[in-house]
Amino acid sequence: MSDVKKTPLIRLAKRDAMDPKYAMLIRIGSILLALIIGSIPIILTGVNPFKAYGVIIKGSLSNSIYLKQTIKIAIPLLVCSLAIGPCFKMKFWNIGAEGQLTFGAICSAFVAINLGGKIPSLLCILLMAIAGALGGGLWGFLPGLFKAKFNTNETLFTLMMNYIAIGLGAWLQGGPWEGRKGTQIVPMFDKSTYLPEVFGVQCGWIVALLLVVFMHIYMNYTKHGYEVAVIGDSENTARYAGMNVGWIMMRTMILSGAICGIAGFLVLAGANHTFTKTIANGVGFTAITVSWLSQLNAFVMIAITALLAVISKGSSTLNKQLQVPTAVSEIVSGVLLFCMLSSEFFINYKIIFRSKADKEVKA
Amino acid sequence: MQNKCAIELKNIRKTFGPVVANDEINLQINRGEILCLLGENGSGKTTLMNMLSGIYQPDGGEIYKDDQQIAIKSPKDAYDYGIGMIHQHYHLVDVFTAAQNIILGLENEKMDINAVNDKVKAICDKYGFNVDPKKKIYDMSVSQKQTIEIVKVLYRGAEILILDEPTAVLTPQETDKLFAVLRNMKKDNKAIILITHKLAEVLDVSDKVAILRKGRYIGTVNTKEATAQSLTDMMVGHSVKLNIDRPVYPNPQDKLQISGLTVVDNDGVRKLDNVTFTAKTGEILGVAGIAGSGQKELLEAITGLYPIKEGSIKFIRDDGAQEELVGKTPMQIRQVGVGMGFVPEDRLGMGLVGSMGMTSNMMLRSWKSGKSIFFNKKNPEELANKVWKDLEVVTPSTEFPVRRMSGGNIQKVLVGREIASNPPVLLTAYAVRGLDINTSYAIYNLLTEQKMNGSAVMYVGEELDVLLELCDRIVVLCGGQVSGIVDARTTTKEEIGLLMTSVGGKEATNE
Repeated sequence: MSDVKKTPLIRLAKRDAMDPKYAMLIRIGSILLALIIGSIPIILTGVNPFKAYGVIIKGSLSNSIYLKQTIKIAIPLLVCSLAIGPCFKMKFWNIGAEGQLTFGAICSAFVAINLGGKIPSLLCILLMAIAGALGGGLWGFLPGLFKAKFNTNETLFTLMMNYIAIGLGAWLQGGPWEGRKGTQIVPMFDKSTYLPEVFGVQCGWIVALLLVVFMHIYMNYTKHGYEVAVIGDSENTARYAGMNVGWIMMRTMILSGAICGIAGFLVLAGANHTFTKTIANGVGFTAITVSWLSQLNAFVMIAITALLAVISKGSSTLNKQLQVPTAVSEIVSGVLLFCMLSSEFFINYKIIFRSKADKEVKA
Repeated sequence: MQNKCAIELKNIRKTFGPVVANDEINLQINRGEILCLLGENGSGKTTLMNMLSGIYQPDGGEIYKDDQQIAIKSPKDAYDYGIGMIHQHYHLVDVFTAAQNIILGLENEKMDINAVNDKVKAICDKYGFNVDPKKKIYDMSVSQKQTIEIVKVLYRGAEILILDEPTAVLTPQETDKLFAVLRNMKKDNKAIILITHKLAEVLDVSDKVAILRKGRYIGTVNTKEATAQSLTDMMVGHSVKLNIDRPVYPNPQDKLQISGLTVVDNDGVRKLDNVTFTAKTGEILGVAGIAGSGQKELLEAITGLYPIKEGSIKFIRDDGAQEELVGKTPMQIRQVGVGMGFVPEDRLGMGLVGSMGMTSNMMLRSWKSGKSIFFNKKNPEELANKVWKDLEVVTPSTEFPVRRMSGGNIQKVLVGREIASNPPVLLTAYAVRGLDINTSYAIYNLLTEQKMNGSAVMYVGEELDVLLELCDRIVVLCGGQVSGIVDARTTTKEEIGLLMTSVGGKEATNE
């Protein structure tokens, strides 16, 4: 072979470590890029993208009614993201937050339907919260148990558990809990089951913020958090250090499920005041993205949840004011998540183009 | 010189991010010659060879083959240029026969298996291999698999062979066979590059030695004019004392009594079969054997990490009381007050948490202490600082992830933690694997220090020369059985080599 082959035009190389400031610039840049790409479908619907983005911001933050609704959307998302954190740290791929939330809500609703109005309000709400946590905890415990004892695939197991919980909810909604026959609607709960409001918003936001602090401390300063981190890095190292890996997995899944169950309770008692099978409404899946994007940092989760809640609320305003279909704003948030996730790639890798010197060798 | 030079490297440079792996490498590889590439770990040997075999591309410099400049863009290019590399880890399909593996990936080959078998036979006869082309890979010993890899490369017409630490998994007898084959290839005018750490082998088999240090080319010497000492000095850059002190402990006592130990893996294979021996205080007890003879299982069984089928492991306390360890979890063993240090073979996969810093890794031994739900970071922090200073670990801080340290520093962190509490029993598996000479000797000294403190030290090793110099007694394992326990001061390499392949004088089945 006489001709000299050239090196590839583009190569990837892993970066050693990036200056945090520069990394932050890349992340901000990725959001700007997402807004630019996202403006294409908006233009196609015949709307000025600047105006549309303005409406999204105004329509989610500009007055207290909008702001309250945005916070309402953010609460379950933030709580579920927090719940998933320790599982992902453990490399236990819990994608069952949706089902854990739903089953927690079912248990909570059971208390509300049977005891609502019959016992003091505070006691009833407390029992609902406990039932929600127990239900969600059970839904998390089962995949944890099977993984620990039989090494089943937790991704499939938690996914399937989602469908069971939602199916169960559908049956309850159309069967035992149905109000007027044929409506497929569960009657509104007794007023005594409603969560009190603080600053005009259901007090779930306080619970969510307390959970942020709790999760931060749990993951970074407790023995439990240390165990979870060691297992996530290497199960063998954990066994070597004398940790009971199976039990820790189950325990963490119970905790994670219980927090998702509390998210279900918050939606039920703080917002919907009735049960529907779609109570989770995809929150459990979006939470996976939030958790991942925030690199399991509890405080960063607040920011990302807020961003997604703003887009979600703002887009419904957009729909009402400028008749932009909600599908378009779903595209925008999809593009946004995609750009933010891929920015992590550019933070970890760099792209090297074939240099001039190499070309000269060829000639 | 009738075009004797097969491959010439000029000013080769390769960087990974800020790390310069190779710089200004100039190397000549001649036909009919065995060249040893010598250098400490991290000196860039494997990177350099990976550029020759097309896995990496150099960032600068030129490669010439027969005085023509070439660029090797992929492993396939390397084959086209007649360069074949035998990696440390074999790439063979277990359920295929030898011949099937040899032609695997050859696009233009006719699938006439008889013709292939004949060609394989011809290659084997020419160089003195012993291969049955119809044998399945899973029926083969490690040394036979290696042979298949070499035949595979020759089948593709390689004229330049690169072998990356081929003797690491072989017994002395198998190594001799391999070297005989290499000499035959040399006679056939092939160019051979051998990467190895073992100086004795370098002096035995090579014609020339090229030395790399910290990514740079130091020089090439004729093997005839070199000694182990001169090569080491070139490799390290300064003079190194090449012997190990072996003081005698005055009053050894039995510390760990293992009798009739049998373990079975998930597939029902007996990994340890009726193993019986005693480890004493003030003694380094070597464990020798071909890789995979049960060394890993033995240490993990003692520490409570491997399920035990039969037998007993008794820890003898200073007052003579005995503690049975079989049936206890690692945590229970600690809780009954049996101090055991364990340096496992898989440092980052078992002994350390790669993503955490030194402090959090020190905590692996103490995380459970105290009743609080919060962990105590103060003591691990102090220990981390002590190990950092005492063992001269190179790291920017005690929070720097250990995964990103070099192999030698990783091992120092692990050994430092395990000896910190002066455990009465210290188990080590391949404690110096992949470490440079300086660090290896530092580790030997630490182990000897522990021994003189009255620890019962077990040293699972692969280099027989080191086992003979460092240990007091050596247990030899063969296929999960103890084939002999010898006095390290009087035995010979040959005796251990024989024991490694046979139990009770009977040839073992795997060779």
